Amino acid sequence: MNYLYLVKRTAIALLSIFIVVSVVFGVTTLLPGSAANIVLGTEATDAAIEQVNEDLGLDRPLPVQYVDFVGGVVTGDFGNSLISGQPVMEMVWPRLLRTLQLAAVAMLISVVAAIPLGIVAAAKRDTMVDHLVTSGSYVGLSIPSFVSATLLLLFLTTPPLDLFPKGGFVPLSDGVVPWLHHLLLPAIAMNTIILAYVLRQTRSSMVETLESDYIRTARLKGVAERNVLFKHGLRNGLLPTVTVLALNFGWMMGSVVIIEQIFAFPGIGELIVQAIDNRDLPVIQAGILVPTIAFIMANFAADIVYTLLDPRISLGDE
Amino acid sequence: MATDTSTSTESTGFDLPPIVGKVLSNRRIGLGLAILLPIALVAILGETVAPYDPTATHVADRYAGPGGQFLLGTDHLGRDLLSRVILGGRTSLLLGFGATALALLVGVPIGLTAGYAKGRVDELLMRIMDIIMSVPTLLLGLLILVVLPSNILNVVMAIGVVYAPRIARVTRSATLSVSEEEYVMAAKARGESSPYILFREILPNVTGPIVVEGSVRVGYAIMIGTSLSFLGLGAGPPNPDWGFMISTARDHIYQTPWFLIWPSVALLLTVMATNLIGDGLRDVLDPREVGDHS
Amino acid sequence: MSMETSTRRSDQETLLSVDSLDVKFEVADGNIHALRDVSLAVEKGETVGLAGESGSGKSTLALAIVQYLDANGWVDDGSITFEGEDLLSASKRELRSIRGNRIAHVAQNPSSSLNPSMTIGAQIRETIDLHQDIESDEEGTRRVHDVLEQVNLPNPAGIADRYPHELSGGQQQRALLAIGLSCNPDLLILDEPTTGLDVTTQAKFLDLVEDLKAEYDAGILLITHNLGVISEIADRVNILYAGEMLEKGPVEEVFTSPANPYTQALLATTPEIAKDKEVKPIPGRIPELDAIPNGCIFADRCEFATEECRTDDIEMASVDGERDHESRCLHWRDVVDNPIDVPAKQASDRTPGEPILSINHLQKYYDEGGFIKNLIGDHDPVKAVNDVSFDIHEGEAVGLVGESGCGKSTLGRTLLKLHTVTSGSIEYDGTDIDSLSKQELNEFRSSCQIIFQDPEASLNPNRTVRQILERPLKLFTDRAADERRTRAEELLNQVNLGSDVVDKKPHELSGGQQQRVAIARAFAADPSLIVLDEPVSSLDVSVQASILNLLEDLCEEYGTSYLLISHDLSVIEAICDRVAVMYLGEIIETGSTDQIFDPPYHPYTRALLSSIPTLDPYEEKSRIRLDGDVPDARNPPSGCSFNTRCPQKIGEVCETDDPDLEDGGGGHCIGCHLSEEEMSESLDATFDQG
Repeated sequence: MNYLYLVKRTAIALLSIFIVVSVVFGVTTLLPGSAANIVLGTEATDAAIEQVNEDLGLDRPLPVQYVDFVGGVVTGDFGNSLISGQPVMEMVWPRLLRTLQLAAVAMLISVVAAIPLGIVAAAKRDTMVDHLVTSGSYVGLSIPSFVSATLLLLFLTTPPLDLFPKGGFVPLSDGVVPWLHHLLLPAIAMNTIILAYVLRQTRSSMVETLESDYIRTARLKGVAERNVLFKHGLRNGLLPTVTVLALNFGWMMGSVVIIEQIFAFPGIGELIVQAIDNRDLPVIQAGILVPTIAFIMANFAADIVYTLLDPRISLGDE
Repeated sequence: MATDTSTSTESTGFDLPPIVGKVLSNRRIGLGLAILLPIALVAILGETVAPYDPTATHVADRYAGPGGQFLLGTDHLGRDLLSRVILGGRTSLLLGFGATALALLVGVPIGLTAGYAKGRVDELLMRIMDIIMSVPTLLLGLLILVVLPSNILNVVMAIGVVYAPRIARVTRSATLSVSEEEYVMAAKARGESSPYILFREILPNVTGPIVVEGSVRVGYAIMIGTSLSFLGLGAGPPNPDWGFMISTARDHIYQTPWFLIWPSVALLLTVMATNLIGDGLRDVLDPREVGDHS
Repeated sequence: MSMETSTRRSDQETLLSVDSLDVKFEVADGNIHALRDVSLAVEKGETVGLAGESGSGKSTLALAIVQYLDANGWVDDGSITFEGEDLLSASKRELRSIRGNRIAHVAQNPSSSLNPSMTIGAQIRETIDLHQDIESDEEGTRRVHDVLEQVNLPNPAGIADRYPHELSGGQQQRALLAIGLSCNPDLLILDEPTTGLDVTTQAKFLDLVEDLKAEYDAGILLITHNLGVISEIADRVNILYAGEMLEKGPVEEVFTSPANPYTQALLATTPEIAKDKEVKPIPGRIPELDAIPNGCIFADRCEFATEECRTDDIEMASVDGERDHESRCLHWRDVVDNPIDVPAKQASDRTPGEPILSINHLQKYYDEGGFIKNLIGDHDPVKAVNDVSFDIHEGEAVGLVGESGCGKSTLGRTLLKLHTVTSGSIEYDGTDIDSLSKQELNEFRSSCQIIFQDPEASLNPNRTVRQILERPLKLFTDRAADERRTRAEELLNQVNLGSDVVDKKPHELSGGQQQRVAIARAFAADPSLIVLDEPVSSLDVSVQASILNLLEDLCEEYGTSYLLISHDLSVIEAICDRVAVMYLGEIIETGSTDQIFDPPYHPYTRALLSSIPTLDPYEEKSRIRLDGDVPDARNPPSGCSFNTRCPQKIGEVCETDDPDLEDGGGGHCIGCHLSEEEMSESLDATFDQG
């Protein structure tokens, strides 16, 4: 039945993308005068609105606009920026790549830091270590990324602790060290919540796993505690974390808007904020759609990975 | 014929439901309330306790440090930070609780319907919820506020829409499992009407997970709300608002760090308190751990 | 039960000896003294049963032996010695070398006790690699296959590569046993090994344990609440009650002349097939362990108890020193000489009247596939109920018996219009239940009620007992508020509950009390038919008896008809006038209770009957064992649905023609191609399909 699941899951992902595209089209074009409002602000004159509508092709019949828009998305053509006249995709693409690098580093940090900490907390449940890690995770979970970003910027980029650049981006081709040097701080700032969240998820699912009957079976077979943890506990205990990581990718795609703004990082988030400030409609549409599609794909990938890892799911039905 | 002897520890008079005692004796909830209640009280009292008009500028006293005439200092326009933090708290709490209330109002009926009706209705409703959830939260909030004018009502609405699917999802999964319970089957066998089953048999038994999810959402809603106002899409100046305060404070960090620190601390404590309460409630009401993954 | 008489114990080699063990647990409000002065011994090559109801501490004892108590528990006093070694002072390293190697613990719940993400083979191999010197990878694999073969799993190489979820419950239990056996342990601890298995699967598992005992020289500690299982395969038995050992001795002696009132009561409370005895409930319930009363722990529920019993500490008394038969009772002589009497079964004087429900060619299919599945094709629905016809008359109790997954619960619920009908008809008072008018439907709802297996789940946790009982009165009668109040109390009285429970919520009641409330609710509006879906199977055996008697009394009193659904033939026999046997969605035999328990039998009924363990350790009976598992209900076999497992299959006709239910006389209908003579033939005990 695995293929059936694959077909169904793919269909759902495609349908989701299609509907999101339609909704973004709907929200930005169908609401009375909204596209013009976005471009001109809420206090525009009627004449100006009409002019904009004509410029954007909004005076054409709706179905035509819709087909045009969807067709554009499929071919990667979101039109031209209202400000610079540049094709939107040309603006979005390099920035998306940079943002994805940022997200990858952030994701890596949460995997290498949060998962081991969560495992340790679960294995040493109710000890000092556990309490310390758990309390720490509360603080992490409660810091909005714009606060952590601002604080990191304040303390680690100015004397006496001038350890990191204040912002910007250096491509990987200029060397790994400068590349990472620029990415690290925004990645950490973006990550405080996710780190705490992944940690807590890992801890709780490991705790649940370690209390399960099959762990007792393993211990009563004479398996040493280390192997109980790594051989029997980890694979089952980390399964839910896969999904959580994918969900957090969505959180990241949202928080880049803030992080990139603060660190002057030339990614897609900064572009969205600029586009909103400039009321540059095609860029806004692309800026929201592209990360969303990336998120849908990430969820799709996570579900597939999940089925590969968990032999229980042969998934005829969900 | 034997009788199962009942332990006759009869209580007379009025008893609080045992759950109330459990909730109150939970350490996390206690700590959370100890932080949240004073903040909420001060925020509600607002102008009555604020030492100054939060919008009044005292040009002679710009960038004042804490202590002295202004307890927490002043900002770049010489406005009293304590008063602004207090009034900003009102905005943030209003956002957090208002948006969560809206999310509950929309999400709970959807979740109940989907979980009880099952089949196609369920499939349809939950797919819609999934699709809303497939847009990253902050981007969805942005999208809504780009189209609508930013005022507190629209911010509440935007966040409510963002979080309703999560509430719906939790409600649905609780409803699904409760509707399989035999007392629901027994109600059907009695010929009870669907509204009776939904609201009298099922709803009272799914409140646990809903309350837990709701309490967790309050903190997130405050975070999203302040993030939006940090980006300039919040309730809007001159009303004080923690997110916007922090955003402005960044430009004046070298003149007075306190401008940045006070709203940050207030925000952190508030969110932490709601997280503590949410976790505590989960321990008491819904012993199953997180597990909302599918 | 093995038939050779045990030799004197002192001649044998003691494998495990637990002496005066005390185990305590720390809980929120103080300590629980879970085991008190418990002693137990297992010799080489013998099977020792440990019997007790839930809460007796039997699993705690097993876990104490392998030094695996929960973090809040500890051994307070006493000793545990295994082959001369003191297990209590063993280091972690020593324990690891003992666990899985010399002592194997086989847990209950095989489905959760096997690691879901490792193949069966890998899980067995791990144990072997830990404790044995393996020369080569091939040798390891070979040993895995060997041990899978020893537990009678078909196609060992195939099973080794599968994951736990791909096996049936019985296969999982065998795989778990294979892990335990993989290092030839000296002591095998089986903790409720057959709980949750169907009776035919249980019988095969018990056969396997018997065979293994002959093969290995291991000692077996068999923990179970099921006395029949102990009688079937154990040599000695220990009776544990509320943390104290009340009686121990050879199975033959303890089961035939018990020297402790609790043992006697336990035997009297267990229903048995064709034994012509009434089940006799044990009054009261197991005491809370946070406050241990003085003297005998069972005194409050004991017929023999005197003042002395409640004051002094009671020591174990030797009943038969020669054979180590001991009883913790001051009055054991009196108990042996004047055992409690068990009344003989009284034939019911019910006479069935007009049919209430007529079921004609009923079919209920599930999961008929969604849009995509049907688009892709090859999707079969689950045929839960497949062409079933029978009537339920006024004033009769009909039993519906079958193993898990046979469709009996679905049938019961479909009859009450809780599921939609796929095809066929159900008529209530002559009208199809799908075309009842609103008023008729209301009347149908009021006169047909249901009682479920899990009483806790069947009562809304947010309602008080009063609200629960008054609701049907409000719906179905026009009684005023105060009349409903009186009636609720009257109902409680009828189910032998005090009116003090009326303002309680379900979670404040014991399981037995909850089930009484559920019964009271069903009777509230004077129903003419009640569907009882496994009403006693989640209850302890002593509580079960009192509920069965209550149901029997109410049936007489109200003249209500029952449809009693159960997997347990002895429960059915205790109450029912007529029985229908179900297999794979079809009724394959039906008749009066007497007819069903005597030949001619349908081969499936016969296998069911022969699979039930009996309390009499001397009883010889034919062992009919069924091959394999129940086929998939999406795709049942052609012809007779039982043909794939039938020990008396004739040949091709069974695979092609589905036999009709034929009346062989007196209303005894059997659906089988065999002649009546063939079905009546006594089957040799060698008819063992393993």
